[in-house]
Amino acid sequence: MKVAIADYGAGNLRSLSSALVRAGAEPVVTVDADVVADAPLAVIAGVGHVASAAAGLARHGLDEALRGRVDAGRPVAGICVGLQLLFGESEEGGRGIGLLPGGVLRVRARRVPHMGWNTLHATRPSTTLEGLDGADVYFAHSFAVEPEDPSDATATVDHGGPLVAAVEHGPLAGVQFHPERSARAGSRTLENLLRWSRSA
Amino acid sequence: MVKKRVIPCLDVADGRVVKGVNFRNLREMGEPVTLARGYSELGADELVFLDITATLEGRGPILDVIRRAADELTIPFTAGGGVTGVEDARALLLAGADKVAINRAAFEEPAILGALADEFGAQAVVCAIDARGGEVVTHAGRNPRRRSAVDWAREAVERGAGEILLTSIDADGTRTGYDVSLTRAVAEEVEVPVVASGGAGEAAHLVAAFEAGAEAALVASIVHERPERLPELKAELEEAGWPMRR
Repeated sequence: MKVAIADYGAGNLRSLSSALVRAGAEPVVTVDADVVADAPLAVIAGVGHVASAAAGLARHGLDEALRGRVDAGRPVAGICVGLQLLFGESEEGGRGIGLLPGGVLRVRARRVPHMGWNTLHATRPSTTLEGLDGADVYFAHSFAVEPEDPSDATATVDHGGPLVAAVEHGPLAGVQFHPERSARAGSRTLENLLRWSRSA
Repeated sequence: MVKKRVIPCLDVADGRVVKGVNFRNLREMGEPVTLARGYSELGADELVFLDITATLEGRGPILDVIRRAADELTIPFTAGGGVTGVEDARALLLAGADKVAINRAAFEEPAILGALADEFGAQAVVCAIDARGGEVVTHAGRNPRRRSAVDWAREAVERGAGEILLTSIDADGTRTGYDVSLTRAVAEEVEVPVVASGGAGEAAHLVAAFEAGAEAALVASIVHERPERLPELKAELEEAGWPMRR
């Protein structure tokens, strides 16, 4: 199954691409809006500042391609900063593409960034996190999403209080952790994500 | 709660993992990505690749290691060693390293930390600090810099470092335990995670580092000698009440 990874210029999409191959997908890292619009699944991933990521997407018209997909009910998944990009205003400065109502808040804890392995607590059943309630996965972030509708969240993680670790809503799904760096639980997440996208 | 991390460190010279004493009598241990995969299977939470020949021979071999590690590993890893500036650091991150560790170049030009954090996020920027008696030292411990490690750590974090890799040069290779008082002083000063490094010999040493506020502990000679020591260490830490990842 072909997966278009939207390349907004923050580099390092190599690990995710390799992990998707292991999960049985055919990933293509691209700045081509048509490829992002047409692939069975589009993924926003990468690292860095949410404002520069959003600007990078807009530069190639990828934000419009993603919005068009969602309007047509076709699946879009966000990973790490990609999850934050699905939402609106961010305390990091700037805003995402606003495909889901809600914002992005700075993590308030004794240690920021929230870095390392931490346990997923499922808040409701979901396809993307099936079999992963209680699993340890790898986080590396200083900001976390806050959906306007709490039921968009499918799992939390405890770091100075609960943080949203994953969301699923219609054709949109996302995880704050790094599945490509989360060993077996990460592979399971990516396999789930591919399965979700076929039914979304 | 975020789990404490145990992080094997691999010294890489000319594309091969080596082991030596004070950078002499280097003995070849094997192919970096193969060894890294072994540690990953034994439960390593994260890895560090340190290029110990970078400043002498250029970047080619380590970049190839990083690209293959990014393709094959399913746990996060940091690349570092002899990073001379923003371009070096960027090359390692673009090759697929999750984080880059910068030591002397950041000390001499702290703005590097901000530039990298702006582009890749603070979570990708590790400031490596070597200390002797609480003082920053560079050049593998040869040059004392007349600045307190605690003070430099504070500035490094203000400028954009998302993690401090704190190595006690006195303790390094001794297996007599981390410099716990320095680890505590730095961990209290900054809000980012601190990785204790230098001196690991037994589980009690890692426990002491965690109690002092370290989020993670680097291990080298004890696991290189016998990799099966890694899961034993983690079991001992779990028994001592520190939750490890499963």
